[in-house]
Amino acid sequence: MNGARTVLIDPLVDNNPITLQMLGICSALAVTTSLLPALLMCLALTSVAALSGAAISALRHRIPNNIRIIVHMTIIASLVILVDQLLKAYAFETSKQLSVFVGLIITNCIVLGRAEAFAMKNGVVMSFLDGLGNGLGYSVILIAVATLRELFGAGTLLGYPVLELVSNGGWYEANGLMLLPPSAFFIIGLMIWGIRTWRTQQVEKPDYQIHEVHRTEVY
Amino acid sequence: MPDKNKFDRDSISNTLIVAIGLSLVCSVIVSSAAIVLKPVQEKNEEEFRQQIILDVAGLMQPGGNTAELFAAIEPRMVDLESGDYTEAVDAATFDALMAAGDPELGIAIPADADIAGIGRRAKYAAVYIVRDGAKIDQVILPVYGKGLWSTMLGYLSLSPDGNTIKGLRFYAHGETPGLGDQIDKEPWRAQWVGKLVYDGGDEPQIRVIKGVVPAAAPDASYMVDGLSGATLTANGVTGLVQYWTGPHGFGPYLKKFRQTETS
Repeated sequence: MNGARTVLIDPLVDNNPITLQMLGICSALAVTTSLLPALLMCLALTSVAALSGAAISALRHRIPNNIRIIVHMTIIASLVILVDQLLKAYAFETSKQLSVFVGLIITNCIVLGRAEAFAMKNGVVMSFLDGLGNGLGYSVILIAVATLRELFGAGTLLGYPVLELVSNGGWYEANGLMLLPPSAFFIIGLMIWGIRTWRTQQVEKPDYQIHEVHRTEVY
Repeated sequence: MPDKNKFDRDSISNTLIVAIGLSLVCSVIVSSAAIVLKPVQEKNEEEFRQQIILDVAGLMQPGGNTAELFAAIEPRMVDLESGDYTEAVDAATFDALMAAGDPELGIAIPADADIAGIGRRAKYAAVYIVRDGAKIDQVILPVYGKGLWSTMLGYLSLSPDGNTIKGLRFYAHGETPGLGDQIDKEPWRAQWVGKLVYDGGDEPQIRVIKGVVPAAAPDASYMVDGLSGATLTANGVTGLVQYWTGPHGFGPYLKKFRQTETS
């Protein structure tokens, strides 16, 4: 089951949906101000990605080409509504913080992208693992970003104080920028830099090369 | 694809079968989830509504038990037309929105009085009285009305003078995220605290204006800063606050309330 292993592990770093494929950035900016909503969002997206992959893969020989995307959207939307209803029932407070972003999983490029690129061409188990892997790849980045933002922006983790804030008589001056969306851009950008320094094969080739000419060549 | 030649998946019949079959299966899954989970969600909504009442009253404590804290608040039913307390209906089970549609319990609002855009309202309404010892500390009124997209439901808390606002909070609305949803964000909520509803008469003067309230204006106490990008939502808030504090809403009740509390 070497193939299955690759499909599951590969999206964590080597083919990460956020840092390499550059998908799902929007929600990565929006729900990472604190760790708890980010964790719930990861759970929601991972389950939708895995289940929709399996469902679309099971139907892949029957899905007519001309309504392919509509079929994908219907399956994904149903799963998202299901997840949203479950969150409203069992994680009410946090689901209020996530507001529209659970509903927006429907339009999340990772889910539709994996349905189109992988589930339509591969078996049910592999598609499930691919969805799971990509969901986890998304989760790794989200959790890392949310940890940094909550820790340095509010001095807490999951709501528990870690760094004593000046306002509570401690030493740490909270960095308000961390709670604003731009900070997620900076953190994700720095992560991409870090990952590409570590895994140099991820560095893209430039679209065009600047060719240095010597006068003698031209004239 | 191994079994591509089994049948033509792009045929009209297969397209119809997949489209109809999938729609049926998905709709069954979605609707059964909604029905099965409804009781749990409603319990959450109810608890959240109680938290908002506690919050607008300033009684919410972090980690406190909502039901226990809520027990300290005294719900009373008011007959809106006469402005008197009534025992005709039970405050614990009363649902204002259901009652508004009921031919017995609700009445139609005349078009010229309907500044909240709600069409009908219940004849009775629940008010929540918070006491400090024996004397009344504040009274909390349920208010609702149309915003830009949705019906906004909230609570308005008034001081014992029946005029000074102690807080306004919404517990359900569907206004634009980032723009209209500022109505329930801290900076704007804080604007309302200390504002006055009436300037001596019975017609509410409180309103949301466009732009920032000039501090030197003589009627600054009756104005709240506008919300940029959410003018229609803000107008909706003005409408619903004025309707529910006006002569067709809690006006008669508040008039009696002011008289008994100040005498």
